[in-house]
Amino acid sequence: MTAPSNTVAAPLARMLLVQTWSELRIRWRIPAFSLTIVVLPVLFFTFFGLPFVGQTLPNGTSLGAYLLASYAAYSVGSVMVFGFGIGVATERGLKVDVLMRATPLPPLIALLAKVLNALAYALLSLVVLIVYGVVVGGVRQDLVVWLDMITRLLAGSVPFIALGFAIGYLCGPNAAPAVANLIYLPLSFASGLFIPISQLPDFVQRIAPYLPAYHYGQLGWGAVGAAAEPLLTSLAWLAGYSVLFLLIAVRAYRREESRKFG
Amino acid sequence: MLGPNGAGKTTSISLMLGLRQPTAGQVRLLGRPPTDRRARSRCGVMLQESGTSSVLTVREIVGVFRAYYPAPRPAEQAIAMAGLTEQADARIGTLSGGQRQRLYFALAICGDPDVLFLDEPTVGMDVEARRAFVASIQTLAAAGKTIVFTTHYLREAEEMARRIVVIDRGTVIADASPQELKARVPGKKITLVGGRPFAREDLDGLPAQVLSVSGDRASLLSNEPAAVLRELFRRGVDLTDLEVTGADLEEAFLSLTRRAESAG
Repeated sequence: MTAPSNTVAAPLARMLLVQTWSELRIRWRIPAFSLTIVVLPVLFFTFFGLPFVGQTLPNGTSLGAYLLASYAAYSVGSVMVFGFGIGVATERGLKVDVLMRATPLPPLIALLAKVLNALAYALLSLVVLIVYGVVVGGVRQDLVVWLDMITRLLAGSVPFIALGFAIGYLCGPNAAPAVANLIYLPLSFASGLFIPISQLPDFVQRIAPYLPAYHYGQLGWGAVGAAAEPLLTSLAWLAGYSVLFLLIAVRAYRREESRKFG
Repeated sequence: MLGPNGAGKTTSISLMLGLRQPTAGQVRLLGRPPTDRRARSRCGVMLQESGTSSVLTVREIVGVFRAYYPAPRPAEQAIAMAGLTEQADARIGTLSGGQRQRLYFALAICGDPDVLFLDEPTVGMDVEARRAFVASIQTLAAAGKTIVFTTHYLREAEEMARRIVVIDRGTVIADASPQELKARVPGKKITLVGGRPFAREDLDGLPAQVLSVSGDRASLLSNEPAAVLRELFRRGVDLTDLEVTGADLEEAFLSLTRRAESAG
Protein backbone atom coordinates (compact mmCIF):
# COMPACT_ATOMS: atom_id res chain seq x y z
CA MET A 1 0.00 0.00 0.00
CA THR A 2 1.29 3.43 -0.80
CA ALA A 3 0.48 6.07 1.71
CA PRO A 4 -0.49 9.45 0.29
CA SER A 5 2.31 11.95 0.93
CA ASN A 6 0.17 14.07 3.21
CA THR A 7 0.11 11.36 5.86
CA VAL A 8 3.82 11.85 6.57
CA ALA A 9 3.25 15.22 8.20
CA ALA A 10 0.31 17.56 8.62
CA PRO A 11 -0.09 20.38 6.05
CA LEU A 12 1.71 23.53 7.21
CA ALA A 13 -0.97 25.91 5.95
CA ARG A 14 -3.58 24.24 8.09
CA MET A 15 -1.25 24.25 11.09
CA LEU A 16 -0.67 27.96 10.63
CA LEU A 17 -4.39 28.65 10.35
CA VAL A 18 -5.31 26.66 13.45
CA GLN A 19 -2.38 28.02 15.43
CA THR A 20 -3.20 31.63 14.52
CA TRP A 21 -6.86 31.15 15.37
CA SER A 22 -5.95 29.67 18.75
CA GLU A 23 -3.57 32.59 19.47
CA LEU A 24 -6.37 35.03 18.59
CA ARG A 25 -8.77 33.28 20.93
CA ILE A 26 -6.22 33.16 23.74
CA ARG A 27 -5.60 36.90 23.47
CA TRP A 28 -9.27 37.71 23.15
CA ARG A 29 -9.98 35.91 26.43
CA ILE A 30 -7.43 38.00 28.30
CA PRO A 31 -9.33 41.30 28.61
CA ALA A 32 -6.31 42.89 30.29
CA PHE A 33 -4.69 42.61 26.88
CA SER A 34 -7.53 42.93 24.37
CA LEU A 35 -9.23 45.85 26.11
CA THR A 36 -6.04 47.71 26.92
CA ILE A 37 -4.69 47.69 23.41
CA VAL A 38 -7.97 48.98 21.96
CA VAL A 39 -9.07 51.39 24.68
CA LEU A 40 -5.82 53.08 25.72
CA PRO A 41 -4.98 54.73 22.38
CA VAL A 42 -8.57 55.98 22.09
CA LEU A 43 -8.35 57.33 25.63
CA PHE A 44 -5.02 59.08 25.00
CA PHE A 45 -6.34 60.57 21.79
CA THR A 46 -9.41 61.81 23.66
CA PHE A 47 -7.28 63.57 26.31
CA PHE A 48 -4.37 64.85 24.25
CA GLY A 49 -5.75 64.93 20.71
CA LEU A 50 -9.42 65.91 20.67
CA PRO A 51 -8.89 69.43 22.12
CA PHE A 52 -6.63 70.30 19.18
CA VAL A 53 -8.28 68.63 16.18
CA GLY A 54 -9.42 71.93 14.71
CA GLN A 55 -5.91 73.40 14.49
CA THR A 56 -3.56 73.28 11.56
CA LEU A 57 0.21 72.78 11.46
CA PRO A 58 2.41 75.44 9.76
CA ASN A 59 2.75 73.18 6.69
CA GLY A 60 -1.02 72.93 6.35
CA THR A 61 -1.50 69.46 7.83
CA SER A 62 -4.50 69.13 10.12
CA LEU A 63 -3.28 68.79 13.70
CA GLY A 64 -6.09 66.29 14.29
CA ALA A 65 -4.77 64.01 11.56
CA TYR A 66 -1.20 64.46 12.84
CA LEU A 67 -2.18 63.49 16.39
CA LEU A 68 -4.30 60.59 15.17
CA ALA A 69 -1.22 59.32 13.31
CA SER A 70 0.82 59.70 16.53
CA TYR A 71 -1.57 57.59 18.56
CA ALA A 72 -1.93 55.12 15.71
CA ALA A 73 1.84 54.58 15.82
CA TYR A 74 1.72 54.36 19.61
CA SER A 75 -1.07 51.76 19.46
CA VAL A 76 0.64 49.41 16.95
CA GLY A 77 3.93 49.65 18.85
CA SER A 78 2.16 48.84 22.10
CA VAL A 79 0.42 45.79 20.61
CA MET A 80 3.82 44.48 19.51
CA VAL A 81 5.85 45.34 22.61
CA PHE A 82 3.21 44.28 25.14
CA GLY A 83 1.75 41.43 23.12
CA PHE A 84 5.08 39.75 22.45
CA GLY A 85 6.85 40.90 25.61
CA ILE A 86 4.19 39.82 28.08
CA GLY A 87 2.93 36.98 25.87
CA VAL A 88 6.30 35.28 25.48
CA ALA A 89 7.23 35.80 29.14
CA THR A 90 3.88 34.33 30.25
CA GLU A 91 4.25 31.31 27.99
CA ARG A 92 7.74 30.73 29.31
CA GLY A 93 6.35 30.98 32.83
CA LEU A 94 3.68 28.38 32.05
CA LYS A 95 6.28 26.28 30.19
CA VAL A 96 4.06 26.23 27.12
CA ASP A 97 7.21 26.46 25.03
CA VAL A 98 8.61 23.18 26.42
CA LEU A 99 5.62 21.15 25.26
CA MET A 100 5.38 22.94 21.92
CA ARG A 101 9.01 22.16 21.16
CA ALA A 102 8.26 18.45 21.34
CA THR A 103 5.29 18.60 18.93
CA PRO A 104 5.53 18.45 15.11
CA LEU A 105 4.64 22.15 14.98
CA PRO A 106 7.65 23.86 13.35
CA PRO A 107 8.90 26.79 15.49
CA LEU A 108 8.69 29.05 12.44
CA ILE A 109 4.95 28.34 12.07
CA ALA A 110 4.45 29.05 15.76
CA LEU A 111 6.32 32.35 15.35
CA LEU A 112 4.41 33.27 12.21
CA ALA A 113 1.11 32.58 13.97
CA LYS A 114 2.13 34.96 16.75
CA VAL A 115 3.06 37.67 14.25
CA LEU A 116 -0.23 37.25 12.34
CA ASN A 117 -2.11 37.37 15.61
CA ALA A 118 -0.32 40.57 16.65
CA LEU A 119 -0.96 42.14 13.24
CA ALA A 120 -4.66 41.30 13.56
CA TYR A 121 -4.90 43.02 16.95
CA ALA A 122 -2.85 45.95 15.73
CA LEU A 123 -5.26 46.31 12.80
CA LEU A 124 -8.24 46.14 15.12
CA SER A 125 -6.73 48.78 17.36
CA LEU A 126 -5.97 51.03 14.36
CA VAL A 127 -9.44 50.71 12.87
CA VAL A 128 -11.12 51.50 16.18
CA LEU A 129 -8.86 54.51 16.76
CA ILE A 130 -9.25 55.89 13.25
CA VAL A 131 -13.03 55.41 13.19
CA TYR A 132 -13.18 57.15 16.55
CA GLY A 133 -11.03 60.00 15.28
CA VAL A 134 -13.16 60.42 12.18
CA VAL A 135 -16.59 60.03 13.80
CA VAL A 136 -16.06 61.68 17.19
CA GLY A 137 -13.11 63.95 16.43
CA GLY A 138 -14.27 64.95 12.98
CA VAL A 139 -10.78 64.37 11.51
CA ARG A 140 -11.18 64.28 7.73
CA GLN A 141 -8.76 62.56 5.37
CA ASP A 142 -9.23 60.54 2.19
CA LEU A 143 -9.74 56.82 2.72
CA VAL A 144 -6.50 56.25 0.81
CA VAL A 145 -4.62 58.22 3.46
CA TRP A 146 -5.95 56.02 6.25
CA LEU A 147 -5.19 52.86 4.28
CA ASP A 148 -1.68 54.15 3.59
CA MET A 149 -1.19 54.91 7.28
CA ILE A 150 -2.39 51.45 8.30
CA THR A 151 -0.12 49.74 5.77
CA ARG A 152 2.95 51.77 6.75
CA LEU A 153 2.46 51.22 10.47
CA LEU A 154 1.81 47.50 10.20
CA ALA A 155 4.72 46.93 7.82
CA GLY A 156 7.10 49.06 9.87
CA SER A 157 6.33 47.40 13.20
CA VAL A 158 9.17 44.84 12.96
CA PRO A 159 11.50 46.57 15.49
CA PHE A 160 8.74 46.52 18.09
CA ILE A 161 8.06 42.84 17.47
CA ALA A 162 11.78 42.23 18.03
CA LEU A 163 11.78 44.45 21.13
CA GLY A 164 8.80 42.50 22.46
CA PHE A 165 10.63 39.22 21.95
CA ALA A 166 13.73 40.58 23.66
CA ILE A 167 11.66 41.60 26.70
CA GLY A 168 9.78 38.29 26.63
CA TYR A 169 12.97 36.26 26.74
CA LEU A 170 14.86 38.50 29.16
CA CYS A 171 12.09 38.89 31.75
CA GLY A 172 9.99 36.57 33.83
CA PRO A 173 6.19 36.70 33.60
CA ASN A 174 5.95 39.01 36.61
CA ALA A 175 8.59 41.48 35.54
CA ALA A 176 7.67 41.64 31.84
CA PRO A 177 4.65 44.03 32.10
CA ALA A 178 6.63 46.47 34.24
CA VAL A 179 9.70 46.34 32.01
CA ALA A 180 7.59 46.72 28.86
CA ASN A 181 5.93 49.81 30.37
CA LEU A 182 9.21 51.25 31.60
CA ILE A 183 10.71 50.96 28.15
CA TYR A 184 7.79 51.67 25.87
CA LEU A 185 6.06 54.58 27.62
CA PRO A 186 9.10 56.86 27.99
CA LEU A 187 10.17 55.83 24.50
CA SER A 188 6.82 56.87 23.01
CA PHE A 189 6.78 60.10 25.00
CA ALA A 190 10.31 61.09 24.04
CA SER A 191 9.57 60.27 20.40
CA GLY A 192 6.65 62.65 20.23
CA LEU A 193 3.89 60.07 20.02
CA PHE A 194 1.97 61.57 22.97
CA ILE A 195 2.76 65.23 22.55
CA PRO A 196 4.21 66.72 19.32
CA ILE A 197 7.99 66.89 19.43
CA SER A 198 8.01 70.66 19.16
CA GLN A 199 6.25 70.82 22.55
CA LEU A 200 8.80 68.61 24.30
CA PRO A 201 11.69 69.89 26.46
CA ASP A 202 14.85 70.80 24.58
CA PHE A 203 17.01 67.87 25.65
CA VAL A 204 14.24 65.43 24.70
CA GLN A 205 14.00 67.03 21.27
CA ARG A 206 17.73 66.40 20.85
CA ILE A 207 17.43 62.72 21.87
CA ALA A 208 14.30 61.97 19.84
CA PRO A 209 15.93 61.54 16.39
CA TYR A 210 17.94 58.60 17.77
CA LEU A 211 14.90 56.69 19.07
CA PRO A 212 13.12 53.92 17.11
CA ALA A 213 9.64 55.20 17.97
CA TYR A 214 10.56 58.62 16.54
CA HIS A 215 11.29 57.10 13.14
CA TYR A 216 8.29 54.83 13.44
CA GLY A 217 6.13 57.88 14.11
CA GLN A 218 7.47 59.39 10.88
CA LEU A 219 5.78 56.54 8.99
CA GLY A 220 2.42 57.62 10.36
CA TRP A 221 3.07 61.34 10.01
CA GLY A 222 4.30 60.74 6.47
CA ALA A 223 0.90 59.30 5.57
CA VAL A 224 -0.70 62.68 6.41
CA GLY A 225 2.08 64.64 4.75
CA ALA A 226 3.93 65.73 7.88
CA ALA A 227 7.07 63.59 7.96
CA ALA A 228 10.25 65.30 9.18
CA GLU A 229 12.54 63.04 7.13
CA PRO A 230 12.46 61.01 3.90
CA LEU A 231 10.71 57.64 4.09
CA LEU A 232 13.95 55.78 3.32
CA THR A 233 15.70 57.40 6.27
CA SER A 234 12.91 56.23 8.59
CA LEU A 235 13.02 52.73 7.16
CA ALA A 236 16.83 52.54 7.50
CA TRP A 237 16.64 53.52 11.18
CA LEU A 238 13.84 51.02 11.78
CA ALA A 239 15.79 48.27 10.02
CA GLY A 240 18.84 49.04 12.16
CA TYR A 241 16.82 48.89 15.37
CA SER A 242 15.15 45.66 14.17
CA VAL A 243 18.57 44.05 13.83
CA LEU A 244 19.70 45.34 17.22
CA PHE A 245 16.59 44.14 19.08
CA LEU A 246 16.60 40.87 17.19
CA LEU A 247 20.20 40.24 18.23
CA ILE A 248 19.29 40.89 21.85
CA ALA A 249 16.24 38.62 21.54
CA VAL A 250 18.22 35.80 19.91
CA ARG A 251 20.95 36.12 22.53
CA ALA A 252 18.39 35.90 25.34
CA TYR A 253 16.66 33.01 23.60
CA ARG A 254 19.94 31.10 23.24
CA ARG A 255 20.89 31.76 26.83
CA GLU A 256 17.55 30.37 27.99
CA GLU A 257 17.87 27.48 25.58
CA SER A 258 21.23 26.38 26.93
CA ARG A 259 19.99 26.74 30.50
CA LYS A 260 16.80 24.77 29.91
CA PHE A 261 17.88 22.18 27.37
CA GLY A 262 21.70 22.41 27.30
CA MET B 1 12.24 3.40 32.23
CA LEU B 2 12.59 2.97 35.94
CA GLY B 3 14.83 4.77 38.35
CA PRO B 4 14.87 6.88 41.50
CA ASN B 5 14.49 10.65 41.30
CA GLY B 6 17.52 12.18 39.65
CA ALA B 7 18.42 8.94 37.86
CA GLY B 8 18.36 10.60 34.43
CA LYS B 9 14.94 9.48 33.19
CA THR B 10 13.76 12.90 32.08
CA THR B 11 17.15 13.61 30.54
CA SER B 12 16.90 10.37 28.54
CA ILE B 13 13.42 11.27 27.30
CA SER B 14 14.60 14.77 26.40
CA LEU B 15 17.44 13.27 24.37
CA MET B 16 15.08 10.88 22.58
CA LEU B 17 12.82 13.82 21.69
CA GLY B 18 15.65 16.06 20.54
CA LEU B 19 14.92 18.57 23.30
CA ARG B 20 18.50 18.15 24.46
CA GLN B 21 21.59 17.41 22.46
CA PRO B 22 23.76 14.46 23.45
CA THR B 23 27.37 15.32 24.32
CA ALA B 24 28.43 12.15 22.51
CA GLY B 25 26.70 9.68 20.21
CA GLN B 26 23.51 10.27 18.30
CA VAL B 27 19.80 9.72 18.72
CA ARG B 28 17.53 8.28 16.02
CA LEU B 29 13.77 8.25 16.36
CA LEU B 30 11.98 6.01 13.86
CA GLY B 31 15.18 6.11 11.80
CA ARG B 32 15.36 9.89 11.69
CA PRO B 33 16.81 12.66 13.82
CA PRO B 34 14.29 13.26 16.60
CA THR B 35 13.79 16.88 15.54
CA ASP B 36 12.68 15.79 12.04
CA ARG B 37 9.03 16.71 11.53
CA ARG B 38 8.31 13.32 9.97
CA ALA B 39 9.58 11.62 13.12
CA ARG B 40 7.75 14.04 15.41
CA SER B 41 4.53 13.53 13.45
CA ARG B 42 4.50 9.93 14.67
CA CYS B 43 5.21 10.77 18.30
CA GLY B 44 3.04 11.86 21.17
CA VAL B 45 4.59 13.43 24.20
CA MET B 46 3.68 14.01 27.81
CA LEU B 47 6.32 15.94 29.72
CA GLN B 48 6.64 16.58 33.41
CA GLU B 49 7.52 20.22 33.21
CA SER B 50 5.24 21.70 30.63
CA GLY B 51 2.04 23.67 30.35
CA THR B 52 -0.57 25.10 28.05
CA SER B 53 -2.44 28.35 27.91
CA SER B 54 -5.03 28.36 30.68
CA VAL B 55 -7.77 30.23 28.83
CA LEU B 56 -8.55 27.64 26.15
CA THR B 57 -10.98 24.81 26.82
CA VAL B 58 -10.01 21.15 26.78
CA ARG B 59 -11.80 20.61 23.47
CA GLU B 60 -10.15 23.65 21.89
CA ILE B 61 -6.60 22.75 22.82
CA VAL B 62 -7.11 19.15 21.67
CA GLY B 63 -8.38 20.60 18.38
CA VAL B 64 -5.22 22.71 18.04
CA PHE B 65 -2.88 19.79 18.77
CA ARG B 66 -4.75 17.57 16.32
CA ALA B 67 -3.84 20.01 13.55
CA TYR B 68 -0.15 19.25 14.18
CA TYR B 69 -0.59 15.63 13.10
CA PRO B 70 -1.25 14.13 9.66
CA ALA B 71 -3.89 11.57 10.69
CA PRO B 72 -5.22 12.51 14.10
CA ARG B 73 -7.62 10.58 16.27
CA PRO B 74 -11.15 12.10 16.59
CA ALA B 75 -11.07 14.75 19.32
CA GLU B 76 -13.94 13.18 21.25
CA GLN B 77 -12.13 9.87 21.32
CA ALA B 78 -8.89 11.35 22.62
CA ILE B 79 -10.81 13.26 25.29
CA ALA B 80 -12.75 10.14 26.28
CA MET B 81 -9.60 8.00 26.45
CA ALA B 82 -8.14 10.54 28.85
CA GLY B 83 -11.35 10.48 30.90
CA LEU B 84 -12.10 14.15 30.37
CA THR B 85 -15.46 13.95 28.57
CA GLU B 86 -17.20 15.80 31.40
CA GLN B 87 -14.56 18.54 31.41
CA ALA B 88 -14.41 18.89 27.61
CA ASP B 89 -15.77 22.44 27.64
CA ALA B 90 -14.02 23.56 30.80
CA ARG B 91 -11.18 26.03 30.56
CA ILE B 92 -7.80 24.53 31.28
CA GLY B 93 -7.25 26.98 34.12
CA THR B 94 -10.13 25.43 36.06
CA LEU B 95 -8.82 21.85 35.91
CA SER B 96 -7.39 20.10 38.97
CA GLY B 97 -3.83 18.80 38.97
CA GLY B 98 -4.92 15.28 38.13
CA GLN B 99 -7.26 16.46 35.38
CA ARG B 100 -4.50 18.55 33.93
CA GLN B 101 -2.27 15.50 33.85
CA ARG B 102 -5.04 13.68 31.95
CA LEU B 103 -5.28 16.62 29.56
CA TYR B 104 -1.58 16.23 28.74
CA PHE B 105 -2.28 12.58 28.08
CA ALA B 106 -5.12 13.55 25.72
CA LEU B 107 -2.72 15.92 23.92
CA ALA B 108 -0.14 13.14 23.66
CA ILE B 109 -2.55 10.67 22.06
CA CYS B 110 -4.75 12.99 19.96
CA GLY B 111 -2.40 12.69 16.97
CA ASP B 112 -2.79 8.91 17.02
CA PRO B 113 1.01 8.53 17.26
CA ASP B 114 2.93 5.29 16.82
CA VAL B 115 5.28 6.12 19.67
CA LEU B 116 4.24 7.66 22.95
CA PHE B 117 6.70 9.24 25.37
CA LEU B 118 5.23 9.69 28.82
CA ASP B 119 7.39 11.22 31.51
CA GLU B 120 6.06 10.28 34.96
CA PRO B 121 2.51 10.12 33.59
CA THR B 122 0.74 9.07 36.77
CA VAL B 123 2.04 11.84 39.01
CA GLY B 124 -0.93 13.62 40.58
CA MET B 125 -3.52 11.08 39.43
CA ASP B 126 -5.87 9.59 42.00
CA VAL B 127 -6.55 5.86 42.15
CA GLU B 128 -9.53 6.04 39.81
CA ALA B 129 -7.75 8.16 37.20
CA ARG B 130 -4.72 5.94 37.42
CA ARG B 131 -6.77 2.82 36.73
CA ALA B 132 -8.40 4.43 33.69
CA PHE B 133 -4.98 5.57 32.53
CA VAL B 134 -3.50 2.08 32.81
CA ALA B 135 -6.45 0.71 30.82
CA SER B 136 -5.89 3.27 28.06
CA ILE B 137 -2.19 2.45 27.95
CA GLN B 138 -2.95 -1.23 27.62
CA THR B 139 -5.45 -0.57 24.82
CA LEU B 140 -2.82 1.46 22.97
CA ALA B 141 -0.14 -1.19 23.49
CA ALA B 142 -2.54 -3.86 22.23
CA ALA B 143 -3.07 -1.75 19.10
CA GLY B 144 0.65 -1.98 18.42
CA LYS B 145 1.79 1.39 19.73
CA THR B 146 5.18 1.73 21.36
CA ILE B 147 4.92 3.38 24.73
CA VAL B 148 7.98 4.66 26.53
CA PHE B 149 7.23 5.84 30.04
CA THR B 150 9.21 6.73 33.08
CA THR B 151 8.36 6.02 36.66
CA HIS B 152 10.05 5.63 39.98
CA TYR B 153 7.56 3.00 41.10
CA LEU B 154 8.69 -0.52 40.30
CA ARG B 155 5.14 -1.75 40.84
CA GLU B 156 3.89 0.57 38.12
CA ALA B 157 6.56 -0.58 35.69
CA GLU B 158 5.80 -4.20 36.46
CA GLU B 159 2.09 -3.67 35.97
CA MET B 160 2.33 -1.91 32.62
CA ALA B 161 5.65 -2.65 30.93
CA ARG B 162 6.92 -5.47 28.80
CA ARG B 163 10.46 -4.29 29.11
CA ILE B 164 11.97 -2.46 32.02
CA VAL B 165 15.16 -0.44 31.77
CA VAL B 166 16.46 0.45 35.20
CA ILE B 167 18.69 3.49 35.32
CA ASP B 168 20.49 5.09 38.17
CA ARG B 169 22.71 8.16 38.05
CA GLY B 170 22.70 8.11 34.28
CA THR B 171 23.69 4.48 33.86
CA VAL B 172 21.59 1.53 32.74
CA ILE B 173 21.84 -1.08 35.46
CA ALA B 174 19.25 -3.51 34.17
CA ASP B 175 17.32 -4.07 30.94
CA ALA B 176 14.91 -6.97 31.16
CA SER B 177 11.30 -8.11 31.18
CA PRO B 178 9.46 -7.71 34.48
CA GLN B 179 9.73 -11.50 35.03
CA GLU B 180 13.47 -11.58 34.42
CA LEU B 181 13.97 -8.58 36.58
CA LYS B 182 12.05 -10.18 39.41
CA ALA B 183 14.11 -13.34 39.11
CA ARG B 184 17.30 -11.34 39.18
CA VAL B 185 16.57 -9.41 42.32
CA PRO B 186 16.28 -11.08 45.72
CA GLY B 187 12.72 -12.24 46.14
CA LYS B 188 12.57 -12.78 49.91
CA LYS B 189 13.04 -10.50 52.80
CA ILE B 190 14.26 -12.05 56.05
CA THR B 191 13.68 -10.11 59.23
CA LEU B 192 15.63 -11.32 62.26
CA VAL B 193 15.50 -10.52 65.96
CA GLY B 194 18.56 -11.78 67.78
CA GLY B 195 19.01 -12.83 71.40
CA ARG B 196 21.77 -10.19 71.59
CA PRO B 197 22.80 -7.35 69.25
CA PHE B 198 24.12 -8.66 65.95
CA ALA B 199 27.85 -8.56 65.39
CA ARG B 200 29.43 -7.99 62.03
CA GLU B 201 30.68 -11.57 61.71
CA ASP B 202 27.19 -12.92 62.41
CA LEU B 203 25.94 -11.69 59.05
CA ASP B 204 29.09 -11.54 56.90
CA GLY B 205 29.37 -13.98 54.01
CA LEU B 206 25.74 -15.06 54.00
CA PRO B 207 24.08 -15.71 50.60
CA ALA B 208 22.06 -12.56 51.23
CA GLN B 209 22.23 -8.85 51.07
CA VAL B 210 22.04 -6.99 54.34
CA LEU B 211 19.44 -4.25 54.14
CA SER B 212 19.76 -2.92 57.66
CA VAL B 213 21.13 -3.82 61.08
CA SER B 214 20.24 -1.97 64.22
CA GLY B 215 20.98 -3.59 67.56
CA ASP B 216 19.26 -6.94 67.77
CA ARG B 217 17.27 -6.38 64.60
CA ALA B 218 18.42 -7.08 61.06
CA SER B 219 16.75 -7.42 57.70
CA LEU B 220 18.24 -9.23 54.72
CA LEU B 221 17.30 -9.81 51.10
CA SER B 222 17.91 -13.21 49.58
CA ASN B 223 16.74 -15.68 46.99
CA GLU B 224 17.75 -18.61 49.24
CA PRO B 225 16.20 -17.93 52.65
CA ALA B 226 16.60 -21.57 53.70
CA ALA B 227 20.36 -21.49 53.05
CA VAL B 228 20.66 -18.24 54.97
CA LEU B 229 18.90 -19.66 58.00
CA ARG B 230 20.89 -22.90 57.86
CA GLU B 231 24.13 -20.92 57.90
CA LEU B 232 22.91 -18.70 60.74
CA PHE B 233 22.07 -21.72 62.88
CA ARG B 234 25.41 -23.36 61.97
CA ARG B 235 27.17 -20.23 63.23
CA GLY B 236 25.19 -20.52 66.42
CA VAL B 237 23.58 -17.10 66.07
CA ASP B 238 20.89 -16.86 68.70
CA LEU B 239 17.51 -15.83 67.23
CA THR B 240 14.40 -14.97 69.22
CA ASP B 241 12.21 -14.23 66.21
CA LEU B 242 12.36 -14.44 62.45
CA GLU B 243 10.09 -13.67 59.54
CA VAL B 244 10.47 -14.49 55.86
CA THR B 245 8.28 -12.45 53.50
CA GLY B 246 8.15 -11.72 49.78
CA ALA B 247 10.45 -8.79 49.21
CA ASP B 248 8.89 -5.45 48.70
CA LEU B 249 9.51 -4.38 45.11
CA GLU B 250 11.02 -1.12 46.23
CA GLU B 251 13.53 -3.05 48.28
CA ALA B 252 14.32 -5.33 45.38
CA PHE B 253 14.96 -2.24 43.30
CA LEU B 254 17.17 -0.79 46.01
CA SER B 255 19.24 -3.92 45.96
CA LEU B 256 19.72 -3.61 42.20
CA THR B 257 20.97 -0.08 42.47
CA ARG B 258 23.23 -1.01 45.40
CA ARG B 259 24.74 -3.84 43.47
CA ALA B 260 25.58 -1.43 40.67
CA GLU B 261 27.17 0.80 43.27
CA SER B 262 29.44 -1.90 44.69
CA ALA B 263 30.28 -3.14 41.19
CA GLY B 264 31.12 0.37 40.04
